[in-house]
Amino acid sequence: MFSKKILTLLIFLIISFSNIAKVYSIEPNIFVQSTVNRASEALNNKFSKEEKILKLKAIAKETVDIAGIGFYTLGSYRKNITDDQKKEYGNLFEQYFLKTFSSRLAEYSNPEIEVVDKKKLNENYTMVYSILVATEQRPEIKVDWRIYTKNPDNPLIRDLIIEGLSLVRTQKEEFSSIIQGNDGDINALFSTLREFIK
Amino acid sequence: MKKILITSLISFMLASSVSAGTDGENSLSKKPVVVKDCFEGLNRATFSLNKGLDKTIFKPIAKGYRKLPTAVRGGTSNALVNLSSLITVPNNILQGEFKKAGINTVRFAVNTTVGILGLFDVAEKMNFPEYEKEDYGQTFGAWGIGAGCYVVLPVLGPSTVRDLTGSFVNLLGGDPYYNVSTHGNNEYLSDSLYMKTKVLSGIDFRAKNLASIDNLEKNSMDFYASVRSLYIQDRQQKIKNSNPTIEIMYEGDWEEIESQ
Repeated sequence: MFSKKILTLLIFLIISFSNIAKVYSIEPNIFVQSTVNRASEALNNKFSKEEKILKLKAIAKETVDIAGIGFYTLGSYRKNITDDQKKEYGNLFEQYFLKTFSSRLAEYSNPEIEVVDKKKLNENYTMVYSILVATEQRPEIKVDWRIYTKNPDNPLIRDLIIEGLSLVRTQKEEFSSIIQGNDGDINALFSTLREFIK
Repeated sequence: MKKILITSLISFMLASSVSAGTDGENSLSKKPVVVKDCFEGLNRATFSLNKGLDKTIFKPIAKGYRKLPTAVRGGTSNALVNLSSLITVPNNILQGEFKKAGINTVRFAVNTTVGILGLFDVAEKMNFPEYEKEDYGQTFGAWGIGAGCYVVLPVLGPSTVRDLTGSFVNLLGGDPYYNVSTHGNNEYLSDSLYMKTKVLSGIDFRAKNLASIDNLEKNSMDFYASVRSLYIQDRQQKIKNSNPTIEIMYEGDWEEIESQ
Protein backbone atom coordinates (compact mmCIF):
# COMPACT_ATOMS: atom_id res chain seq x y z
CA MET A 1 0.00 0.00 0.00
CA PHE A 2 2.78 2.34 1.06
CA SER A 3 4.87 1.54 -2.00
CA LYS A 4 1.84 2.20 -4.20
CA LYS A 5 1.49 5.66 -2.66
CA ILE A 6 5.14 6.38 -3.20
CA LEU A 7 4.87 5.21 -6.79
CA THR A 8 1.84 7.46 -7.37
CA LEU A 9 3.66 10.38 -5.79
CA LEU A 10 6.72 9.70 -7.92
CA ILE A 11 4.66 9.53 -11.10
CA PHE A 12 2.89 12.75 -10.10
CA LEU A 13 6.22 14.48 -9.47
CA ILE A 14 7.70 13.29 -12.77
CA ILE A 15 4.66 14.50 -14.71
CA SER A 16 4.67 17.82 -12.87
CA PHE A 17 8.36 18.43 -13.52
CA SER A 18 8.11 17.48 -17.15
CA ASN A 19 5.22 19.93 -17.55
CA ILE A 20 7.21 22.63 -15.80
CA ALA A 21 10.11 21.92 -18.16
CA LYS A 22 7.75 22.29 -21.10
CA VAL A 23 6.36 25.54 -19.80
CA TYR A 24 9.82 27.02 -19.29
CA SER A 25 11.60 25.71 -22.41
CA ILE A 26 12.41 28.69 -24.62
CA GLU A 27 11.87 28.70 -28.37
CA PRO A 28 15.18 29.62 -30.06
CA ASN A 29 13.64 32.44 -32.11
CA ILE A 30 12.08 33.98 -29.01
CA PHE A 31 15.40 33.58 -27.20
CA VAL A 32 17.23 35.42 -30.01
CA GLN A 33 14.68 38.22 -30.23
CA SER A 34 14.78 38.69 -26.47
CA THR A 35 18.61 38.68 -26.44
CA VAL A 36 18.67 41.20 -29.27
CA ASN A 37 16.17 43.41 -27.46
CA ARG A 38 18.31 43.31 -24.33
CA ALA A 39 21.44 44.17 -26.33
CA SER A 40 19.57 46.94 -28.10
CA GLU A 41 18.52 48.41 -24.76
CA ALA A 42 22.13 48.18 -23.53
CA LEU A 43 23.26 50.10 -26.62
CA ASN A 44 20.88 52.95 -25.94
CA ASN A 45 22.69 56.26 -26.16
CA LYS A 46 21.68 57.21 -22.63
CA PHE A 47 24.54 54.96 -21.42
CA SER A 48 28.24 55.79 -21.63
CA LYS A 49 30.49 53.54 -23.71
CA GLU A 50 31.86 51.88 -20.54
CA GLU A 51 28.34 51.20 -19.26
CA LYS A 52 27.36 49.75 -22.62
CA ILE A 53 30.36 47.42 -22.57
CA LEU A 54 29.58 46.22 -19.04
CA LYS A 55 25.96 45.52 -19.92
CA LEU A 56 26.90 43.71 -23.14
CA LYS A 57 29.42 41.54 -21.30
CA ALA A 58 26.75 40.50 -18.78
CA ILE A 59 24.35 39.60 -21.60
CA ALA A 60 27.06 37.62 -23.44
CA LYS A 61 27.96 35.61 -20.33
CA GLU A 62 24.32 34.56 -19.99
CA THR A 63 23.46 33.87 -23.59
CA VAL A 64 26.63 32.74 -25.39
CA ASP A 65 28.34 29.37 -24.98
CA ILE A 66 31.77 30.97 -24.58
CA ALA A 67 33.48 27.80 -23.39
CA GLY A 68 32.10 25.75 -26.30
CA ILE A 69 33.12 28.35 -28.86
CA GLY A 70 36.56 28.52 -27.25
CA PHE A 71 37.19 24.83 -27.75
CA TYR A 72 35.76 24.90 -31.25
CA THR A 73 38.09 27.71 -32.28
CA LEU A 74 41.13 25.73 -31.10
CA GLY A 75 40.40 23.21 -33.85
CA SER A 76 42.52 20.06 -33.82
CA TYR A 77 45.02 21.67 -31.41
CA ARG A 78 42.57 21.07 -28.55
CA LYS A 79 43.36 17.35 -28.72
CA ASN A 80 46.99 17.82 -27.77
CA ILE A 81 46.84 20.19 -24.83
CA THR A 82 47.05 19.37 -21.13
CA ASP A 83 44.27 20.00 -18.63
CA ASP A 84 46.19 22.97 -17.24
CA GLN A 85 46.54 24.45 -20.71
CA LYS A 86 42.82 23.87 -21.29
CA LYS A 87 42.01 25.76 -18.12
CA GLU A 88 44.37 28.60 -18.98
CA TYR A 89 43.00 28.78 -22.51
CA GLY A 90 39.41 28.78 -21.21
CA ASN A 91 40.16 31.83 -19.03
CA LEU A 92 42.07 33.68 -21.74
CA PHE A 93 39.46 32.97 -24.39
CA GLU A 94 36.60 34.18 -22.19
CA GLN A 95 38.34 37.50 -21.56
CA TYR A 96 39.28 37.81 -25.24
CA PHE A 97 35.75 36.97 -26.38
CA LEU A 98 34.05 39.40 -24.02
CA LYS A 99 36.45 42.18 -25.00
CA THR A 100 36.03 41.77 -28.75
CA PHE A 101 32.31 41.00 -28.58
CA SER A 102 31.46 44.09 -26.55
CA SER A 103 33.89 46.27 -28.50
CA ARG A 104 32.35 45.17 -31.81
CA LEU A 105 28.81 45.88 -30.67
CA ALA A 106 29.48 49.05 -28.67
CA GLU A 107 30.14 50.89 -31.95
CA TYR A 108 26.50 50.52 -32.94
CA SER A 109 23.68 52.53 -31.48
CA ASN A 110 20.19 51.07 -31.36
CA PRO A 111 20.67 48.35 -33.99
CA GLU A 112 17.29 47.09 -35.13
CA ILE A 113 17.21 43.33 -35.64
CA GLU A 114 14.10 41.45 -36.73
CA VAL A 115 13.88 37.70 -36.35
CA VAL A 116 12.26 36.32 -39.50
CA ASP A 117 12.44 32.52 -39.35
CA LYS A 118 13.98 29.46 -37.72
CA LYS A 119 15.00 25.99 -38.82
CA LYS A 120 15.75 23.05 -36.56
CA LEU A 121 18.91 21.32 -37.80
CA ASN A 122 18.86 18.51 -35.23
CA GLU A 123 18.22 18.00 -31.50
CA ASN A 124 21.26 20.11 -30.61
CA TYR A 125 20.98 22.98 -33.06
CA THR A 126 18.43 25.39 -34.46
CA MET A 127 19.26 28.16 -36.90
CA VAL A 128 17.45 31.43 -36.31
CA TYR A 129 17.34 33.83 -39.24
CA SER A 130 17.17 37.56 -38.74
CA ILE A 131 17.87 40.82 -40.53
CA LEU A 132 19.69 43.89 -39.34
CA VAL A 133 17.44 46.62 -40.68
CA ALA A 134 19.07 49.00 -43.21
CA THR A 135 20.11 52.50 -42.19
CA GLU A 136 21.39 55.52 -44.14
CA GLN A 137 24.94 54.22 -43.68
CA ARG A 138 24.52 50.59 -44.63
CA PRO A 139 22.19 48.22 -46.48
CA GLU A 140 20.09 45.50 -44.84
CA ILE A 141 22.27 42.69 -43.46
CA LYS A 142 21.30 39.04 -42.94
CA VAL A 143 22.32 37.76 -39.52
CA ASP A 144 21.81 34.07 -38.72
CA TRP A 145 22.22 32.60 -35.27
CA ARG A 146 23.36 29.08 -34.53
CA ILE A 147 21.58 28.18 -31.31
CA TYR A 148 22.68 25.26 -29.17
CA THR A 149 19.49 23.67 -27.89
CA LYS A 150 20.71 20.56 -26.09
CA ASN A 151 19.17 22.01 -22.95
CA PRO A 152 15.93 23.58 -24.25
CA ASP A 153 15.49 25.50 -21.00
CA ASN A 154 18.78 27.24 -21.51
CA PRO A 155 19.51 27.80 -25.21
CA LEU A 156 22.90 29.31 -26.00
CA ILE A 157 24.39 31.13 -28.98
CA ARG A 158 27.24 29.24 -30.64
CA ASP A 159 27.79 31.20 -33.83
CA LEU A 160 26.73 34.32 -35.68
CA ILE A 161 26.66 34.09 -39.45
CA ILE A 162 26.63 37.49 -41.07
CA GLU A 163 25.73 37.45 -44.77
CA GLY A 164 26.89 33.84 -44.86
CA LEU A 165 30.20 34.48 -43.08
CA SER A 166 30.66 32.55 -39.87
CA LEU A 167 32.32 34.52 -37.08
CA VAL A 168 33.35 31.35 -35.27
CA ARG A 169 34.95 29.83 -38.38
CA THR A 170 36.81 33.10 -39.00
CA GLN A 171 38.02 33.07 -35.40
CA LYS A 172 39.13 29.45 -35.67
CA GLU A 173 41.13 30.19 -38.84
CA GLU A 174 42.71 33.26 -37.26
CA PHE A 175 43.85 31.25 -34.22
CA SER A 176 45.11 28.45 -36.45
CA SER A 177 47.14 30.97 -38.47
CA ILE A 178 48.76 32.33 -35.30
CA ILE A 179 49.68 28.82 -34.08
CA GLN A 180 50.97 27.72 -37.50
CA GLY A 181 53.00 30.90 -37.83
CA ASN A 182 54.79 29.88 -34.63
CA ASP A 183 55.67 26.31 -35.64
CA GLY A 184 52.57 24.82 -34.03
CA ASP A 185 53.35 26.23 -30.60
CA ILE A 186 50.04 26.81 -28.81
CA ASN A 187 51.79 28.95 -26.20
CA ALA A 188 52.23 31.57 -28.93
CA LEU A 189 48.44 31.83 -29.13
CA PHE A 190 48.24 32.18 -25.35
CA SER A 191 50.83 35.00 -25.43
CA THR A 192 49.01 36.79 -28.25
CA LEU A 193 45.71 36.47 -26.37
CA ARG A 194 47.32 37.78 -23.18
CA GLU A 195 48.78 40.73 -25.07
CA PHE A 196 45.44 41.49 -26.76
CA ILE A 197 43.32 41.50 -23.60
CA LYS A 198 45.66 43.80 -21.67
CA MET B 1 50.05 38.59 -78.97
CA LYS B 2 48.26 39.97 -75.89
CA LYS B 3 45.47 37.42 -76.39
CA ILE B 4 47.93 34.54 -76.73
CA LEU B 5 49.65 35.58 -73.51
CA ILE B 6 46.37 35.81 -71.62
CA THR B 7 45.15 32.49 -73.04
CA SER B 8 48.39 30.78 -72.01
CA LEU B 9 48.13 32.29 -68.53
CA ILE B 10 44.54 31.08 -68.15
CA SER B 11 45.41 27.58 -69.35
CA PHE B 12 48.27 27.41 -66.86
CA MET B 13 46.20 28.77 -63.99
CA LEU B 14 43.25 26.47 -64.65
CA ALA B 15 45.56 23.47 -64.93
CA SER B 16 47.10 24.26 -61.56
CA SER B 17 43.67 24.88 -60.03
CA VAL B 18 42.25 21.57 -61.20
CA SER B 19 44.94 19.69 -59.34
CA ALA B 20 44.35 21.73 -56.21
CA GLY B 21 41.12 19.91 -55.32
CA THR B 22 37.55 21.01 -55.68
CA ASP B 23 35.36 23.16 -53.53
CA GLY B 24 32.53 23.43 -55.99
CA GLU B 25 30.64 20.69 -54.22
CA ASN B 26 30.80 21.11 -50.55
CA SER B 27 28.09 19.46 -48.53
CA LEU B 28 27.07 19.44 -44.91
CA SER B 29 28.79 16.16 -44.21
CA LYS B 30 32.14 17.19 -45.68
CA LYS B 31 34.83 19.25 -44.08
CA PRO B 32 35.10 22.71 -45.61
CA VAL B 33 37.79 22.56 -48.28
CA VAL B 34 40.97 24.28 -47.17
CA VAL B 35 42.37 26.77 -49.65
CA LYS B 36 46.16 26.69 -49.46
CA ASP B 37 48.07 29.90 -48.87
CA CYS B 38 51.05 28.82 -50.99
CA PHE B 39 52.63 32.28 -51.17
CA GLU B 40 51.89 33.43 -47.63
CA GLY B 41 55.08 35.47 -47.20
CA LEU B 42 54.55 37.38 -50.42
CA ASN B 43 50.80 37.65 -49.76
CA ARG B 44 51.38 39.17 -46.33
CA ALA B 45 53.81 41.70 -47.84
CA THR B 46 51.26 42.65 -50.53
CA PHE B 47 48.56 42.83 -47.88
CA SER B 48 50.68 45.32 -45.91
CA LEU B 49 51.24 47.35 -49.05
CA ASN B 50 47.48 47.36 -49.72
CA LYS B 51 46.79 48.42 -46.14
CA GLY B 52 49.14 51.37 -46.63
CA LEU B 53 47.48 52.33 -49.91
CA ASP B 54 44.07 51.99 -48.28
CA LYS B 55 45.03 54.20 -45.38
CA THR B 56 46.52 56.95 -47.52
CA ILE B 57 44.36 56.85 -50.64
CA PHE B 58 41.27 54.63 -50.72
CA LYS B 59 39.87 55.13 -47.25
CA PRO B 60 39.99 58.95 -47.39
CA ILE B 61 38.35 58.87 -50.83
CA ALA B 62 35.70 56.43 -49.56
CA LYS B 63 35.05 58.72 -46.58
CA GLY B 64 34.59 61.65 -48.96
CA TYR B 65 32.32 59.56 -51.17
CA ARG B 66 30.18 58.74 -48.12
CA LYS B 67 29.50 62.46 -47.69
CA LEU B 68 27.68 62.60 -51.03
CA PRO B 69 23.88 62.66 -50.80
CA THR B 70 22.33 59.22 -50.29
CA ALA B 71 20.45 59.52 -53.58
CA VAL B 72 23.70 60.07 -55.51
CA ARG B 73 25.45 57.13 -53.85
CA GLY B 74 22.39 54.92 -54.23
CA GLY B 75 22.07 55.79 -57.92
CA THR B 76 25.78 55.14 -58.54
CA SER B 77 25.62 51.85 -56.73
CA ASN B 78 22.52 50.81 -58.70
CA ALA B 79 24.19 51.71 -62.01
CA LEU B 80 27.30 49.66 -61.12
CA VAL B 81 25.19 46.67 -60.11
CA ASN B 82 23.24 47.01 -63.35
CA LEU B 83 26.48 46.92 -65.37
CA SER B 84 27.53 43.76 -63.53
CA SER B 85 24.48 42.02 -65.07
CA LEU B 86 26.45 41.94 -68.31
CA ILE B 87 28.86 39.48 -66.69
CA THR B 88 26.21 37.73 -64.61
CA VAL B 89 23.99 36.73 -67.56
CA PRO B 90 26.65 34.76 -69.53
CA ASN B 91 27.69 33.09 -66.28
CA ASN B 92 24.09 32.14 -65.49
CA ILE B 93 24.03 30.42 -68.89
CA LEU B 94 27.41 28.71 -68.36
CA GLN B 95 26.12 27.35 -65.06
CA GLY B 96 22.94 26.06 -66.71
CA GLU B 97 20.75 28.61 -64.91
CA PHE B 98 18.73 29.59 -67.97
CA LYS B 99 15.74 30.93 -66.07
CA LYS B 100 17.96 33.23 -64.03
CA ALA B 101 19.71 34.32 -67.23
CA GLY B 102 16.34 35.29 -68.69
CA ILE B 103 15.25 37.17 -65.56
CA ASN B 104 18.59 39.01 -65.34
CA THR B 105 18.44 39.96 -69.02
CA VAL B 106 14.98 41.47 -68.57
CA ARG B 107 16.19 43.14 -65.34
CA PHE B 108 19.08 44.74 -67.25
CA ALA B 109 16.79 45.88 -70.07
CA VAL B 110 14.24 47.40 -67.68
CA ASN B 111 16.79 49.12 -65.45
CA THR B 112 18.84 50.45 -68.36
CA THR B 113 15.82 51.95 -70.11
CA VAL B 114 13.09 52.77 -67.60
CA GLY B 115 15.66 53.02 -64.80
CA ILE B 116 17.79 55.53 -66.80
CA LEU B 117 21.09 53.68 -67.34
CA GLY B 118 20.54 51.69 -64.16
CA LEU B 119 20.41 54.68 -61.80
CA PHE B 120 17.06 53.40 -60.51
CA ASP B 121 16.41 49.78 -59.64
CA VAL B 122 13.00 49.63 -61.27
CA ALA B 123 13.13 45.83 -61.41
CA GLU B 124 13.22 45.66 -57.62
CA LYS B 125 10.10 47.79 -57.44
CA MET B 126 8.50 45.35 -59.90
CA ASN B 127 9.27 42.53 -57.43
CA PHE B 128 11.92 40.76 -59.50
CA PRO B 129 13.71 38.03 -57.53
CA GLU B 130 16.74 39.14 -55.50
CA TYR B 131 19.74 39.76 -57.77
CA GLU B 132 22.80 37.52 -57.28
CA LYS B 133 26.02 38.55 -58.99
CA GLU B 134 27.89 35.85 -60.89
CA ASP B 135 31.36 35.88 -62.40
CA TYR B 136 33.67 33.50 -64.24
CA GLY B 137 35.50 32.50 -61.05
CA GLN B 138 32.17 31.33 -59.62
CA THR B 139 31.37 29.47 -62.82
CA PHE B 140 34.72 27.62 -62.69
CA GLY B 141 33.91 26.74 -59.06
CA ALA B 142 30.43 25.54 -60.03
CA TRP B 143 32.08 23.33 -62.66
CA GLY B 144 34.13 21.69 -59.93
CA ILE B 145 37.42 23.48 -60.52
CA GLY B 146 39.29 24.02 -57.25
CA ALA B 147 40.21 27.42 -55.91
CA GLY B 148 43.95 26.84 -56.23
CA CYS B 149 46.22 28.90 -54.03
CA TYR B 150 45.08 32.02 -52.21
CA VAL B 151 46.68 35.17 -53.58
CA VAL B 152 46.68 38.81 -52.56
CA LEU B 153 46.93 41.15 -55.53
CA PRO B 154 48.39 44.64 -55.29
CA VAL B 155 45.53 47.16 -55.05
CA LEU B 156 42.86 44.60 -56.04
CA GLY B 157 43.18 42.58 -52.81
CA PRO B 158 42.30 38.96 -52.02
CA SER B 159 41.73 36.39 -54.74
CA THR B 160 42.57 32.81 -55.66
CA VAL B 161 44.23 31.40 -58.74
CA ARG B 162 40.79 30.36 -60.01
CA ASP B 163 39.16 33.73 -59.36
CA LEU B 164 42.09 35.56 -60.93
CA THR B 165 41.74 33.36 -63.99
CA GLY B 166 38.04 34.28 -64.06
CA SER B 167 38.99 37.96 -64.08
CA PHE B 168 41.22 37.38 -67.12
CA VAL B 169 38.24 35.90 -68.96
CA ASN B 170 36.56 39.32 -68.68
CA LEU B 171 39.45 40.80 -70.67
CA LEU B 172 39.25 38.02 -73.24
CA GLY B 173 35.76 38.93 -74.34
CA GLY B 174 33.77 37.67 -71.35
CA ASP B 175 32.69 41.14 -70.29
CA PRO B 176 30.49 42.82 -72.91
CA TYR B 177 31.01 46.22 -71.25
CA TYR B 178 34.81 45.84 -71.61
CA ASN B 179 34.42 44.74 -75.23
CA VAL B 180 32.25 47.68 -76.18
CA SER B 181 34.46 50.13 -74.25
CA THR B 182 37.75 49.00 -75.73
CA HIS B 183 36.81 47.69 -79.18
CA GLY B 184 33.52 49.43 -79.82
CA ASN B 185 33.50 52.27 -82.28
CA ASN B 186 31.50 54.91 -80.48
CA GLU B 187 32.08 58.30 -78.95
CA TYR B 188 30.56 57.57 -75.53
CA LEU B 189 32.60 54.62 -74.28
CA SER B 190 36.36 54.22 -73.99
CA ASP B 191 39.16 52.34 -72.18
CA SER B 192 39.45 55.10 -69.64
CA LEU B 193 35.71 55.10 -68.90
CA TYR B 194 35.92 51.34 -68.28
CA MET B 195 38.79 51.86 -65.86
CA LYS B 196 36.96 54.70 -64.11
CA THR B 197 33.93 52.43 -63.66
CA LYS B 198 36.12 49.77 -62.06
CA VAL B 199 37.74 52.32 -59.73
CA LEU B 200 34.30 53.63 -58.79
CA SER B 201 33.17 50.07 -57.99
CA GLY B 202 36.13 49.76 -55.60
CA ILE B 203 35.33 53.07 -53.90
CA ASP B 204 31.64 52.16 -53.63
CA PHE B 205 32.56 48.83 -51.98
CA ARG B 206 35.03 50.49 -49.60
CA ALA B 207 32.51 53.20 -48.66
CA LYS B 208 29.84 50.61 -47.89
CA ASN B 209 32.24 48.72 -45.63
CA LEU B 210 34.05 51.53 -43.82
CA ALA B 211 32.83 50.66 -40.34
CA SER B 212 32.91 46.88 -40.71
CA ILE B 213 36.50 46.78 -42.03
CA ASP B 214 37.71 49.15 -39.30
CA ASN B 215 35.93 47.05 -36.70
CA LEU B 216 37.41 43.82 -38.05
CA GLU B 217 40.93 45.26 -38.03
CA LYS B 218 40.55 46.62 -34.51
CA ASN B 219 39.34 43.29 -33.16
CA SER B 220 41.68 40.96 -35.02
CA MET B 221 44.92 39.60 -33.64
CA ASP B 222 45.89 38.53 -37.17
CA PHE B 223 43.99 40.80 -39.56
CA TYR B 224 45.50 39.11 -42.62
CA ALA B 225 44.17 35.68 -41.51
CA SER B 226 40.72 37.11 -40.76
CA VAL B 227 40.43 38.73 -44.20
CA ARG B 228 41.64 35.51 -45.88
CA SER B 229 39.04 33.45 -44.00
CA LEU B 230 36.22 35.85 -44.84
CA TYR B 231 37.18 36.04 -48.53
CA ILE B 232 37.30 32.25 -48.87
CA GLN B 233 33.99 31.76 -47.03
CA ASP B 234 32.34 34.40 -49.19
CA ARG B 235 33.50 32.81 -52.43
CA GLN B 236 32.50 29.30 -51.31
CA GLN B 237 29.04 30.52 -50.46
CA LYS B 238 28.63 32.41 -53.74
CA ILE B 239 29.68 29.36 -55.76
CA LYS B 240 27.06 27.19 -54.08
CA ASN B 241 24.24 29.67 -54.70
CA SER B 242 22.30 27.95 -51.96
CA ASN B 243 21.29 28.68 -48.42
CA PRO B 244 24.69 29.71 -47.08
CA THR B 245 23.86 29.14 -43.45
CA ILE B 246 23.07 25.49 -43.86
CA GLU B 247 25.86 24.79 -46.31
CA ILE B 248 28.70 26.09 -44.16
CA MET B 249 27.62 24.02 -41.20
CA TYR B 250 30.25 21.37 -40.86
CA GLU B 251 29.15 19.46 -37.78
CA GLY B 252 32.28 17.40 -37.16
CA ASP B 253 34.11 19.77 -34.82
CA TRP B 254 30.99 20.60 -32.84
CA GLU B 255 30.23 16.89 -32.41
CA GLU B 256 33.74 16.34 -31.06
CA ILE B 257 33.18 19.07 -28.50
CA GLU B 258 29.90 17.40 -27.46
CA SER B 259 31.72 14.21 -26.63
CA GLN B 260 34.45 15.89 -24.56
